[in-house]
Amino acid sequence: MKYLIIGNSAAAAGAVEAIRRNDKRNSITIISDEPHHVYSRPLISYLLAGHTKEDKMYYRDENFYKENNVETVFNKRVTAVDTKKKQVILNNKGQGTRGKGQVIDYDKLLIATGGIPFIPPIKGKDRKNVYTFTKWSDAAEILQVSKNVKKAVVIGAGMIGLKAIEGLTAIGIDVTVVELAPEVLSRALDRDASRIVQRKMEEAGVEVITNNEVVEITGKGNVANGVVLRDKKKIKCDLVIVAIGVIPNTVFIKNSGIKINRGVVVDERMETSVKGVYAAGDVAEALNMLTNEKMPIPIWPLAYRQGGIAGDNMSGGSFVYKGGFPMNSIEFPGVPTISIGIIDPRGEGYESIVKNDAANGNYKRIIIKNERLVGAILVGADVDRAGILTGLIKEQTPVTAFKDKLLDRNFGFVSMPKDLRKERLGRAI
Amino acid sequence: MKIVYPKEEVCMACRLCEVACITEHSKSKDTLKAYKKENPAPLSRTLVEEIFPGLSVSVMCRHCSDAPCIEACFTSAMHRLALSEVEGKPDGRVIVNEPKCVGCWMCIMACPFGVIKRNQYIGEGQGDNPLNPPLLRGKGKGQEIKVKLSSKCDLCPDRSIPACVEACPNKALVHEERN
Ligand SMILES: Cc1cc2nc3c(=O)[nH]c(=O)nc-3n(C[C@H](O)[C@H](O)[C@H](O)COP(=O)(O)OP(=O)(O)OC[C@H]3O[C@@H](n4cnc5c(N)ncnc54)[C@H](O)[C@@H]3O)c2cc1C
Ligand code: SF4
Ligand code: SF4
Repeated sequence: MKYLIIGNSAAAAGAVEAIRRNDKRNSITIISDEPHHVYSRPLISYLLAGHTKEDKMYYRDENFYKENNVETVFNKRVTAVDTKKKQVILNNKGQGTRGKGQVIDYDKLLIATGGIPFIPPIKGKDRKNVYTFTKWSDAAEILQVSKNVKKAVVIGAGMIGLKAIEGLTAIGIDVTVVELAPEVLSRALDRDASRIVQRKMEEAGVEVITNNEVVEITGKGNVANGVVLRDKKKIKCDLVIVAIGVIPNTVFIKNSGIKINRGVVVDERMETSVKGVYAAGDVAEALNMLTNEKMPIPIWPLAYRQGGIAGDNMSGGSFVYKGGFPMNSIEFPGVPTISIGIIDPRGEGYESIVKNDAANGNYKRIIIKNERLVGAILVGADVDRAGILTGLIKEQTPVTAFKDKLLDRNFGFVSMPKDLRKERLGRAI
Repeated sequence: MKIVYPKEEVCMACRLCEVACITEHSKSKDTLKAYKKENPAPLSRTLVEEIFPGLSVSVMCRHCSDAPCIEACFTSAMHRLALSEVEGKPDGRVIVNEPKCVGCWMCIMACPFGVIKRNQYIGEGQGDNPLNPPLLRGKGKGQEIKVKLSSKCDLCPDRSIPACVEACPNKALVHEERN
């Protein structure tokens, strides 16, 4: 029996740990097109900012592969999967799909290849000093050129765009961000919450341009020296970061017979349409338990969890994925911001309760459907107990009895009915 | 495993558990100094929730067997202690490895008990250990930086009975194993 994992990040780590709980003996191989020991992707903005150091980038300690008896194949890219012969085909990074690749056999395969940044066909996107921001090497390269950079344009004011901005401003680079949507963080927040975050960004010296897009990256020689916006406005800069979003990284399995929709479609055991082949993490399209649809939800905790479920089932276990939902935490200086679940309710039956104290930078909103909490946005001072709301969403606890207290500053277990409180606090979890 | 369970029936909101927790997690182990002098000021890792009049309960980490905070933490600062550091015996408590924490608050978003606190203070750079200083610039010794760390119950590794349990005059906190 041979376990093969393509990818070396959150989902892969979850899978290795789960496999080794069930099976200490059979071989596990991890393939990655990056050179690094398993590291934390979300830390690249901290690395850029100088808020963490290289030796703290790692998600597991240096003995991780050895202790778990994992063989690693780094700096190699999988270019195809042959599900009939149960083989994956590798090429050296940068070699494209031509040439005779190395072949590795498997009995159980996990696809944990995450997401790749989406880059729209902007004129000039291939110039030098144009980067995406999802990998350690992105942060490292940006750091390297940063000495000669005074001004950067970030395309996209989503989660990753904001992280890039945080890193850039921390090392003294001026930033203008250009966002197509009318608001920053438009996928994680509603308009009122976005406005608070935008104001804080502006107070921190970031120029925010919304309702607009970059149509061209201009250059001197081949090096980016500015951008042109849809409305013809020109902005000079020495660096461009494209942070529009990530899409599931599925190109290499296009012709493998594995069913792909937006991501790799998986069942509740994380198995794909091909038996013995599993997928987990940003690449997978698994259940959103709040909307009851399958969709990629690209966040770290779900990647780790899905990896664990996949690994368990690959090695004879029977863990079932109950579904997840989007959530994220981001703090632009002074505004901790947490977004959980459904934040843009469309359709019937949703009730929304809001506490807007925009003047002081505080905002809270909860969204309820069928007596259950399905979403929450928290900006500012009261994020501390956000997790209780996450728990209520996950457990689908009826909240009608205490819904008017959910937005109180002091909301807690004492706000809940006695039975519920005692049940939660009185037993081992 | 043995954790701390509250008994709301006999809790009178005196908050001595919070005082004991702060003292236990201070550098000086002296209550007055912990409250008035120390930077960072230690935070209480238990929270007495209260509705006036008559209802209060002290809430702290449940050391969940399948802990959402660990799953959420991308730095692996939040982790489960496999073996006790003191006695080398199997342990299982969920604790923060502070030098790795970057104060992203993913764990706060994930913990269904709301028992992780944001510990934020202006301090000196801890040598070559820059924590997460987004507000003030500067690294290394002597520079002032803003530190962000998560802070939660560690079941008092230096004690056999957690400080809060010992401090409660009404036995409204018990240290025991339940199913
Ligand atoms: C800047 C940034 C900040 C983020 N911040 C947060 C945050 O605060 N909270 C949060 O929850 N999430 C955050 N995320 C998202 C989080 O990083 C992802 O959800 C998580 O990394 C997904 O893990 P994964 O295992 O699915 O895949 P990935 O982390 O994407 O890893 C994919 C792996 O596959 C390998 N690979 C890909 N293709 C091939 C191939 N063809 N051949 C061989 N190897 C291949 C790669 O080398 C890599 O090892 C952030 C992401 C970024 C980029
Ligand atoms: S901090 Fe919260 S989620 Fe983590 S173990 Fe404690 S109670 Fe569970
Ligand atoms: S705040 Fe610290 S412990 Fe919590 S998730 Fe972030 S890095 Fe981990």
